[in-house]
Amino acid sequence: MSSDLIDFASLAPAYPELVLILGALGLLMAGVFLRKDAMASLTGVGIGLLIAVAVLVIISPVGAVIFNGAFIEDGFARYMKVLVLIGSAFALVLSVSSATEEGLNKFEYTVLVLLATLGMMMMISANDLMSLYIGLELQSLALYVVAAMKRESARATEAGLKYFVLGALSSGMLLYGASMVYGFTGHTQLDKIAEVIALGDRSIGLVFGLVFLLTGVAFKISAVPFHMWTPDVYEGAPTPVTAFFATAPKVAAMALMVRLVTVTFEPVSNDWQQVVIFLAIASMVLAAFAAIGQKNIKRLIAYSSIGHVGFALVGLSADTAWGVEGVAIYMAVYMIMTIGLFACLLSLKTENGFVEEISELAGLAQARPFVAAIMAVMMFSLIGLPPLAGFFAKWHVFLAAIEARLFILAVIGVLSSAVSAFYYLRVVRTMYFDEPVQQFATVPGELKFVMAVSGFLVVSYFLTVAGPLAALAHIAAASLF
Amino acid sequence: MIFANNILTIITFLPLVGAIFVLLVPGSDAVAVGNMRRIALATTTITFAFTVAMWGMFDASNTNFQFVQNYEWIGGVIGYRMGVDGISMLFVVLTGLLMPLCILASWESIQKRVREYMVAFLILEMLMMGVFATLDLAMFYVFFEGSLIPMFLIIGIWGGKRRIQASYKFFFYTFTGSVLMLLAIMAMYWQAGTLDIAQLLRADFPPQMQTWLWLAFFASFAVKMPMWPFHRWLPEAHVEAPTAGSVILAAILLKMGGYGFLRFSLPMFPDASAYFADFVFFLSVAAIIITSLVALVQDDMKKLIAYSSVAHMGFVTMGIFAANVYGVQGAIFQMISHGFVSGALFLCVGVIYDRMHTRDIAAYGGLVQRMPKYAVAFMIFTMANVGLPGTSGFVGEFLTLFGVFQVNTWVAFGAAFGVIFSACYALWLYRRVIFGVLDKENLKAILDLSPREMVILVPLLVLTIFFGFYPAPILDVIGPSVEVLVHNYTQSLDLTAPLSTAAH
Repeated sequence: MSSDLIDFASLAPAYPELVLILGALGLLMAGVFLRKDAMASLTGVGIGLLIAVAVLVIISPVGAVIFNGAFIEDGFARYMKVLVLIGSAFALVLSVSSATEEGLNKFEYTVLVLLATLGMMMMISANDLMSLYIGLELQSLALYVVAAMKRESARATEAGLKYFVLGALSSGMLLYGASMVYGFTGHTQLDKIAEVIALGDRSIGLVFGLVFLLTGVAFKISAVPFHMWTPDVYEGAPTPVTAFFATAPKVAAMALMVRLVTVTFEPVSNDWQQVVIFLAIASMVLAAFAAIGQKNIKRLIAYSSIGHVGFALVGLSADTAWGVEGVAIYMAVYMIMTIGLFACLLSLKTENGFVEEISELAGLAQARPFVAAIMAVMMFSLIGLPPLAGFFAKWHVFLAAIEARLFILAVIGVLSSAVSAFYYLRVVRTMYFDEPVQQFATVPGELKFVMAVSGFLVVSYFLTVAGPLAALAHIAAASLF
Repeated sequence: MIFANNILTIITFLPLVGAIFVLLVPGSDAVAVGNMRRIALATTTITFAFTVAMWGMFDASNTNFQFVQNYEWIGGVIGYRMGVDGISMLFVVLTGLLMPLCILASWESIQKRVREYMVAFLILEMLMMGVFATLDLAMFYVFFEGSLIPMFLIIGIWGGKRRIQASYKFFFYTFTGSVLMLLAIMAMYWQAGTLDIAQLLRADFPPQMQTWLWLAFFASFAVKMPMWPFHRWLPEAHVEAPTAGSVILAAILLKMGGYGFLRFSLPMFPDASAYFADFVFFLSVAAIIITSLVALVQDDMKKLIAYSSVAHMGFVTMGIFAANVYGVQGAIFQMISHGFVSGALFLCVGVIYDRMHTRDIAAYGGLVQRMPKYAVAFMIFTMANVGLPGTSGFVGEFLTLFGVFQVNTWVAFGAAFGVIFSACYALWLYRRVIFGVLDKENLKAILDLSPREMVILVPLLVLTIFFGFYPAPILDVIGPSVEVLVHNYTQSLDLTAPLSTAAH
């Protein structure tokens, strides 16, 4: 153990994390000592730091296990970390224009986002139940504070509190599950647990531990029936914060889930498959029907994200490399679409503040054709209509499900995607078929840029992103099987 | 050679280039709007010229796919594959022919949001071309399903009073049917190991699996055709859509269903097709008789023509699943002929709708006195719709009836009623609109066809009569491919027949 710490070079796989934590602490110091008007530039530094770390992740070597097996840096971790870093960077970009109104113009916001990102990177690389929990808690604690950052807003405070109480409950369940797994296998390291399970019979206590662990993670990805906090938190939190919640933490938690089930519980795949299939079906169906009645667009997005987690889990249910590849692609596409969608939302400001109700979007296609077009593209892509990115994401996960002969799951999945089309189309209808009723403020430049990039990627997915992304996801999935 | 090899790519993606140009036109004053229209018209016309050139280069005696391109893409599963044979080639030409006419038909009637309109139509053309030109099953789905987006917007933005309900209905019927086909496509990939249609045509699927795959494809194509009783979306979509939207819907989008049956259901799942043939016959005859009767009582012109479309598609499905050379040839001919006849009928309705802003049959009467040219054009298309010998409508109906007669006399007997009923509703419509006394005040100043409208209708008129008397150019192209298709179909049935009797 001591040699690990002495030899700094042996920590190379964790350099990105070390850089991020040093950077975050440096920003914290700068925030405390600099004058208040330097805040905006701190966000810029934060974004630059995230990008630098992403580059570092890409160039750093893979295939290493350090800290006595608690930390793994493989192809899968690299793919997911890059996604998380991109998501966090874009979340910071989205917060710039509305920071003052949303109470996010404090340096703590940037620092907390960076620390949450560090937690997510730990979750993705965790190869031990203890490092997994530490990563998860670092992420969660930062997110609880961020949710309630707009102190004077009762809704934001409520959102933060709700998130904290339910998040703490889920952490408790996860810990309980972890303790049972340790109790019945005698190990906390993920691959060692798998070895022990493979040797002996599957004990009922282990299955209990597995279910509790999955429950804890299901809270974090907000899969039904552990989704109740999502609509309230998404609605109550400031919109840039919601954009952050809906992207990077979901990717990290999904990566955690993938690693847990495909590495640790591979020998008892029949047991976890039941759980994951149930989560997938429940999420897809409930989200499709529950979102129909929503009037608030952030609640709608919350239900939509629940549904998309369900679709991603369809890929995981297959328990194959194809399936994990599908999940990896799905999360990437989901993230692009969500970022684009939130960029649209944040750019729609009327004299009454930001647009919250779907009905306020009436006639947007004539008042703001560009924003409306991007938003419509995102909606069609979220439905899963070809030739947009959302279709190919669904293609990959359902292809894996069909290969694993999960026909009923697949049929329920595609039919619920048909139902979900109803509420996505309502947004398009309001924007395009109704007449305009109000004026919108001008769109900030960086949001235009985010919209243009995400819109381009979603529309041209088949020509530009699809091939390379599939190849990268293939490498990522191969490292787990 | 380079030109011939890439011609399908050019035809498919040229409209996209046009759409980008339309998007880039600066400003939104009258000049800019005029430029958008001209760009759209030029793009579609050039695309049409390319499709005609492709017909010229097409070798009818070669039953393999021609102008083939084949590249791997996306993880080696989905590929970029293009190619046409005798079955699909003419649909590409038909799409190319109708698009410039649609743009012309919208020249004056579409005044709001012209940029979006032209972009939607050009994108739609790209997707329709792709459906008929692609040789990758997943890409077929991409184009097939992608056409929902522009059509949803066309009905919803430029449609009539109840456009929102109509666009939703159109979307949900088609989408729900298609997602099941998506799963079937995936199952076919895992069974055959490829999505290349040329290879899938040679793949053998176990009979048990064929049944499920056939049903999944049926769910999609039967809604698209549409077959009775899945046709409920069609009358509403037709009534609410703008004229050009109705034309595209009737002339091209419905043909995607028939094309799908011909390209996938029949050759890839022969056992299931034989098993379900009687079921399809029943639905076809039901469609022909029931929707013809329903058409008889409509007061809305577009709705009447929409129901008559459903009836005519009944002949198509009947001909396809008769699965002999006459039936299949007749079905393809009927689809192409119906493409320009129903398109022309919707254009004719559009002509008087633009003037009077009503589609109510009762609001018209005696038009022949003010609009003699229009009366002649409308009459010829009505006759073609009835299936009068000497018009293209006759050839298709006759061949399908002839083909199905060899398979099942009762089906032919039932379908023959459709011919009678179609005469009833079509001629009665004609009488009520064109003949009679011109006693309505607002009709007394109505103007005859403008030169622009003549340009739209005359080519279709010529084609209707030309192919009525001389169908050989079409039948020669489709003939060899159809013979191969029918030959393979009967052969694979002969192969499995002894197996299934042995199993009993």
